Amino acid sequence: MSSAAQAKTLYESHFSEMEKGGLPNGKAWIRNLRERAMARFNELGFPTSRNEEWKYTDVAPIANSVFQPARRVVDRLASDAAARAAVKGIEACRLVFVNGYYEPGFSSPRRSLEGVEIGSLAAALEGEGDWLEPHLARYAGYEEHAFVALNTALMGDGAVLYVPPGRIPTAPIHLLFISVAGPEPAVSHPRILVVIGKGGQASIVESYVGVGEGAYLVNAVTEVVIGENGVAEHYKLQRDGERAYHVATLQAHLAGNANFMSHSVALGGALTRNEINAVLDGEGCECTLNGLYLAGGEQHVDNHTRIDHVKPHGTSRELYKGVLDGKARGIFNGKIYVHKAAHQTDAKQTNKNLLLSRGAWVDTKPQLEIYNNDVKCSHGSTIGQLDQDAIFYLRSRGIGVETARSLLTYAFASEVINRIKIEPMRAQLDRLLADKFQADSPAEREP
Amino acid sequence: MLEIKNLHAKVADSEILRGIGLTVKAGEVHAIMGPNGSGKSTLAHVLSGRENYQVTAGEVTFQGRDLLQMIPEERAREGIFLAFQYPVEIPGVSSSYFLKAALNAVRKHRGLPELDAMDFLALIKEKMKVVEMDQGLLNRSINEGFSGGEKKRNEIFQMAVLDPKLAILDETDSGLDIDALRIVANGVNALRSAERAMIVITHYQRLLSYIIPDYVHVLFDGRIVKSGDKRLALELEEKGYAWIEDEQAKAPRAGV
Repeated sequence: MSSAAQAKTLYESHFSEMEKGGLPNGKAWIRNLRERAMARFNELGFPTSRNEEWKYTDVAPIANSVFQPARRVVDRLASDAAARAAVKGIEACRLVFVNGYYEPGFSSPRRSLEGVEIGSLAAALEGEGDWLEPHLARYAGYEEHAFVALNTALMGDGAVLYVPPGRIPTAPIHLLFISVAGPEPAVSHPRILVVIGKGGQASIVESYVGVGEGAYLVNAVTEVVIGENGVAEHYKLQRDGERAYHVATLQAHLAGNANFMSHSVALGGALTRNEINAVLDGEGCECTLNGLYLAGGEQHVDNHTRIDHVKPHGTSRELYKGVLDGKARGIFNGKIYVHKAAHQTDAKQTNKNLLLSRGAWVDTKPQLEIYNNDVKCSHGSTIGQLDQDAIFYLRSRGIGVETARSLLTYAFASEVINRIKIEPMRAQLDRLLADKFQADSPAEREP
Repeated sequence: MLEIKNLHAKVADSEILRGIGLTVKAGEVHAIMGPNGSGKSTLAHVLSGRENYQVTAGEVTFQGRDLLQMIPEERAREGIFLAFQYPVEIPGVSSSYFLKAALNAVRKHRGLPELDAMDFLALIKEKMKVVEMDQGLLNRSINEGFSGGEKKRNEIFQMAVLDPKLAILDETDSGLDIDALRIVANGVNALRSAERAMIVITHYQRLLSYIIPDYVHVLFDGRIVKSGDKRLALELEEKGYAWIEDEQAKAPRAGV
């Protein structure tokens, strides 16, 4: 059997197992959606390198693996991981998922935060709420994207968040996804939907951690819908296990004068593909995409971003930085698409890469497609090594060469971390970077 | 303290230093002058251990030890300080963190206990007065966005904190207006002591009106061709370097 046919059979079986298992499928629109998405996946198959969007990332290891649907696990390993992954200072509202399933026992008990509805997708799909249908799967296009199609067909659980118009919860909402690797490779398809009403605002932290050494696949899709004048800050922290595959799409849709900020930090996993797409579908929108990817060993990390300026007076700012060591491979592909009507667009994109070893490799591909003359757009990308002049300067003051290298690598990466607005999270990531580059703890940095 | 004998060095296959000899004792201030391209900055870089400078002959001893065998950070810990002609901007590394790391590396090497945050702060507050430094600069990244004068002041401030035995000032006066020059020179003078030696490298005599040297050497074509006291600097200012060039052209070239 060809691997495409094999994949089709495998995921068809997951689909029918889910139907039998009585996972939320009850409503007609959901059933139809799943069926359409499953059919679309079967037509598309997993992408190959012939597909321009997947030129640098070979998903054969995923296509050729026989993943089992991830099973619910509630054990000591999972609870320890949940405790470890807590971010001190933002525990007030936390939803924890293990192998894709919502675990109330690990989560904070608050079901509602200052008028904001927060819950698991599984519960929402079975519930009576009518706000889900006009939004779920309306933005992340499963027609063109095999992984999104697979997620849409097989999504079992995840998080839904609804911020009513004008509501501004004061605390960030933390969604923690823990994968417990079992003896056999398993796949989960987390799904998140965030809907922010007119003038509403929310901060969402989406983080992924792995437990155990085995292989697994996380195939996540997040949709963020921001109403007029609304604000969404999205943070993603990916710390999956060493042998994990992580494929994710974040699709944001902005109405007039909405503001979307995304901060993506990718540290873990054997193969990571992070797609972030934002459609600025109203006048005067603002979009900020910040990203940091750190990879060593034989890790492969692929960042794909796309910003669609559809309407006039939109602003976008993008900064992605990568640090690659060992034989790691990094990819940055950033597309800015300025539509015909989007005059007075102001877009700026920057990608900087630091290669710490001879074996590390990065492909950077900025793409500007502009169909309007009255715009200001720029992009720049760099690939380089540590600055020898800076290393010598530090050494000439008595600082050892290894410390100097660590310090400069940390400084390079911290530019992205410093833009994180949730202070406890910024501090935690700062410590993590410091540990990773064996610099001193930043807490001790200030005199 | 420092003994340089017949030092030859090259950069990318061209020989820049062609037999330098210089002895510097504790407490002395030596000025090294010379036209552009005479090898002044190369000498500073070779002494501080910069890569890409290859010593092809000669020896340098510092406090009785072979300096050329030491890596740059070891030279710094042993007490050599280079004030850079072009201080490097390092975005993302805070000046205060950097200084504390440097100071503690130096102290550790000298068998002194590391300073804690409180003691460090007290020390730098005191040293900042030496060059009239604004404390705000410490919270910024190293030299990032500093004016030319601020960068040079920062070099002297670092020198004050690290308390070296031998300070090498590489064209510290270049690009400074007279007010900045005065502040920098006052800082350097405040750091003169019987235990500390200084090598002041400069193209112009101007700086030497503020930092009065004990000895003045003229470097030309990779060798010291003339030595004297502070009056030599004035003579150079008056006659220009063409005078040395003419003299050299006439003189038989010993050893070539």
